[in-house]
Amino acid sequence: MLGYVVQRILATIPVMGFVALIVFLLLRLSGDPAAMLAGDAATPEVIARIRENLGLNDPLYVQFFRWIGEMLRGDFGTSLLSGTPVTTMILQRMEPTISLALTTIFLSVIIAVPLGVLAAWKQGTLIDRFVMLLSVIGFSVPVFVIGYMMIAFFAIELRWFPVQGFRPIGQGIEPFLSRITLPTLTLTLLYVALIARITRTSMLEILNDDYIRTARAKGLPEGKVLLRHALRNCSVPIITVIGIGFALIISGVVVTETVFNLPGLGRLTVDAVLARDYPVIQAVILLSSLVYVVVNLLIDIAYVFLDPRIRYQ
Amino acid sequence: MSMATPTPELAAAARADRPSALRKIRDVVLSSPIVLVATVVLVVVVVASVFSPWLAPHDPTRLTPALRLRPPDGTYWLGTDAFGRDLFSRIMVGGQMSLAIGVAAALVAVAAGLVLGLLAGFVRWLDGILMRFVDGLMAIPNILLAIAIVTLWGAGFWTVLFAICLPEIPRVVRLVRSVVLSAREEPYVEAAIAAGSSTFLIMRRHLLPNTVAPLIVQGTYICASAILVEAILSFLGAGINPETPTWGNIMAEGRMLFQINPGIILWPGLVVSLTILSINLVGDAVRDALDPRMAKRGIER
Amino acid sequence: MSAAQGENVLDIRGLHIALDGLADAGLVKGLDLTIRPGETHCLVGESGSGKSLTALATMGLLAPVLKCTQGQILLNGEDVLTVSPRRLRRLRATAMSMIFQEPMTALNPVARVGRQIEEVLENHSNLSPRQRKGRVMEMMEAVHLPDIERMYRSYPHQLSGGQRQRIMIAMALIMKPKLLIADEPTTALDVTTQAQILSLVQELREKQGTAVLFITHDMGVVAEIADRVTVLKLGEVMESHPTEQLLRHPRTDYTRDLLQSVPSHVPRPPRPDSGTPEVLRVDGLNKVYVEGGWFTKGRETHAAKDVAFSLKKGRTVGIVGESGSGKSTVARCVMRLIDPTSGRIEIGGTDIATLKPAALKPHRRKFQIVFQDPMRSLNPRIEVGESIIEGPLNFGVSRKAALARARELMQLVGLPASAVDRFPHQFSGGQRQRIAIARALAMEPEVLVADEAVSALDVSVQAQVLRLLAELQDRLGLGILFITHDLGVAAQICDDVIVMKLGEVVEYGPAGRVLASPRHAYTKALIEAAPGRHWDFANFRPFAEETPNAGPHGAAGSAH
Repeated sequence: MLGYVVQRILATIPVMGFVALIVFLLLRLSGDPAAMLAGDAATPEVIARIRENLGLNDPLYVQFFRWIGEMLRGDFGTSLLSGTPVTTMILQRMEPTISLALTTIFLSVIIAVPLGVLAAWKQGTLIDRFVMLLSVIGFSVPVFVIGYMMIAFFAIELRWFPVQGFRPIGQGIEPFLSRITLPTLTLTLLYVALIARITRTSMLEILNDDYIRTARAKGLPEGKVLLRHALRNCSVPIITVIGIGFALIISGVVVTETVFNLPGLGRLTVDAVLARDYPVIQAVILLSSLVYVVVNLLIDIAYVFLDPRIRYQ
Repeated sequence: MSMATPTPELAAAARADRPSALRKIRDVVLSSPIVLVATVVLVVVVVASVFSPWLAPHDPTRLTPALRLRPPDGTYWLGTDAFGRDLFSRIMVGGQMSLAIGVAAALVAVAAGLVLGLLAGFVRWLDGILMRFVDGLMAIPNILLAIAIVTLWGAGFWTVLFAICLPEIPRVVRLVRSVVLSAREEPYVEAAIAAGSSTFLIMRRHLLPNTVAPLIVQGTYICASAILVEAILSFLGAGINPETPTWGNIMAEGRMLFQINPGIILWPGLVVSLTILSINLVGDAVRDALDPRMAKRGIER
Repeated sequence: MSAAQGENVLDIRGLHIALDGLADAGLVKGLDLTIRPGETHCLVGESGSGKSLTALATMGLLAPVLKCTQGQILLNGEDVLTVSPRRLRRLRATAMSMIFQEPMTALNPVARVGRQIEEVLENHSNLSPRQRKGRVMEMMEAVHLPDIERMYRSYPHQLSGGQRQRIMIAMALIMKPKLLIADEPTTALDVTTQAQILSLVQELREKQGTAVLFITHDMGVVAEIADRVTVLKLGEVMESHPTEQLLRHPRTDYTRDLLQSVPSHVPRPPRPDSGTPEVLRVDGLNKVYVEGGWFTKGRETHAAKDVAFSLKKGRTVGIVGESGSGKSTVARCVMRLIDPTSGRIEIGGTDIATLKPAALKPHRRKFQIVFQDPMRSLNPRIEVGESIIEGPLNFGVSRKAALARARELMQLVGLPASAVDRFPHQFSGGQRQRIAIARALAMEPEVLVADEAVSALDVSVQAQVLRLLAELQDRLGLGILFITHDLGVAAQICDDVIVMKLGEVVEYGPAGRVLASPRHAYTKALIEAAPGRHWDFANFRPFAEETPNAGPHGAAGSAH
């Protein structure tokens, strides 16, 4: 078991290494960073001096490892736009993003898992078709369209919620909730689609397994068969997809924050895109990939508690 | 990942009466009313976009400041945008670029993923490196990766296409690799090895055909996803040059004016959503027709 | 309810089972069956006979697409087809229980096995948790599980197949039901484990007075345990008699054929060794798998250890053993589908054990293989003719000549020449196995490796395929390396037999000697565990009645 955990932790290192390599290559293949830094009006001499200062004349692999070294020390450079260290900017913008991600995951799981179980149990019925259609819709409508529809209906038409903005939870639950609800609902539709679909597929597969027949042969009532035997075996695929779906959430957060004007990492990214502020973009990509990898690592470790076959390897 | 073998019985059953390709398509389309509606929507959208130069009621590029932000009426069916251009005509024209990106992304991602997947499934020393690379690529959220590419490399058609394709490739690689790896274990492949067949022959004859059905299905999902990502990128300001009308660009222009005229986002949004929904529904129907068990094998959007 | 009805634990009357909406195409057609208390009733049949459907129908566990369209299933006089779902759930485990073929998958992998047994008591009794645990412990003791305190807390994957089947039996019998339905409970198990499970079922049946409905395809098992036998063919009852009567005096041709197809465990008389040349020689063959550990030294598994044997033209060498014995590893090494770790494999005098793929290719045509699973051994997407000529084309035979030869081969294996244009799904399992043989023969090999090539076939089809192999061997002088877990099959077709256990050869010698007077304890144990070995099915009598020198008659043997 310890061996398994250690092995999982070590396995994340090459993945992060490749993430870094991909980001590094994207940056270097995109043109001369010195010219980008210097701006359009710079003379060749200025650019050459910047090149020298940044060590851009060293071999590429030397630059790569120096760059990785800087990242590992938490030095993501300074923003081209504001001149502040990127690390500081990111720390300032964390709260809305984390709030939105957590509320979305929480809400999605409590909605999607029962829906998926229900759809699988009632396979082929209207309930099943409804859940499946809902899930295809979730995959098909752009997040920002959902967001604007929410605003048009709940904020402008019904005036239940403010149109945009964010209040930290420290300033009171009610203002926080009133502003986070619409973004959360928007993103939840997307995530529910993913989780409900996987829950249904896994449940259908598991309901065909031999031990379900055994449970029925024991004379167990259907509820116990479903919850005690099927759903427990379903937990591994479900939390796996929650982990994989984390990438989807991060992408969705960027869009949702833009729609609802939340001052989070997503907005930071979009602003950086418009200003071509590449140190910020690079930092956000590396950070979000790290979050993805760590979340999936935690999920791998959670298997230990869900599946005895891993625990007693 | 544990995988069922590629469905000999079903592939065989489908061949038993050898229906023509046309009949197969008809069977898929008529398999349920929803799929029929989806197909009709798709045909309408494609025809309207491709023939928009002739079909559009107004010139989608003509600026008429006097007519800006008009509500829908008999002349301008969906109203006009901030420059007085007819929204309906712009949506028709915008479809050209959005659909082209969708189709091109599907073709490129499937082709690239097929080659890399075959390599990973066959060349053992390459497999480890390639799959770690794929893991790395999957760890980067697709919108962020695409944003970075477009920001750094500029907003041309090819850059945007690359930015949309790249995050899709890992899934195709994994799919092809897993099909190859499971088919390799089949006794009929071992019999071919015993018969002295070359690796190339085995790949072409016994392994490649198994990937066709799942790739067709995966291709439809990539097409849908690419249209979605194009819209999102344009919306965030990281898409194709804003001068070019695409569904995403039209909606991006509506952002500032949302409280005045929400239709500029909602109408194109409806068209995009319906188009993607239709592609996904048809993809599901094709999947169910080719092999109902595919859904279990991780061939997912 | 009449008194007569009350005597039977189970009374199935005129049962019809069909796919929903297809009542005409019945899968079970008018089945009658009665079981008295304490009786073991075997339901025998080949695939598609409907024997498992009957069992599932009794438990009310048929898949929703299957329906019982007519008839009654009376359990202690109560028709389980018409009772409420609630009542049916009450009857399960208390009045009737079932154990299944696959002990590996029949238990919930994420729950402790003790808890899984206890769940039955939770549902069907009012015992306190303490009493329940006590009952479970007693029951685990009764099925002879070792170290029950630890077993109770174990998860299924920590137990062997036999232990899991014991858990299943404990679960099934803990409420002392009147009827136990056992659906091929030993088919997935090794022969020694099978013997233990069969005797356990018999022991508990006597102790608890449970009636047993035992479903099997294996006449050996029937001879071993049945009081009464019902033979089923394509959903219809052929005949139903007390065991001894059925085995001695079968009434229908079908039953007679079925019995005559069972390979006898008494080896056929040895064929004279005519001093033909050696076609395959294996020496010091080793295959070691290393499971990579990152920090520790990888765990080594010796799948084959110092295996050595030789095979002459026109002769058959059998490798027998249980699962994990390494018999298939040897076959795959010989075929160079996996690379041996060390040792020599000489085919026609050339050592091919270490040849690189390019150097190996010219030798490939000399040795060919037939696999176990007829459903997967032909590419479903291409015509069988194309599969057959693939090898010859690789060796420069013209397409026209190769196809002409393929048509001849089809006839040689007993199929019409036109079969080359058809697809695998248009053939039955036995026919596909014939095609696989034709494909191997198209290369004109000197050595044919048959890796459990008849194990997936029904016994009557198995006999035909074995007969075909024997004929082809006579005609073409093939050397056959025959891998099997079935000692009866080995006894009927092998000249020499190798017995393997955990990767090692424990005994190697002429079939008559090894199987009739084994020297090694493991070989003896294997032979003693084989069910029905005292019964000479083909001659409808036990072996004890046989005259000392009468030739054996098994179907496979009769080809010689």
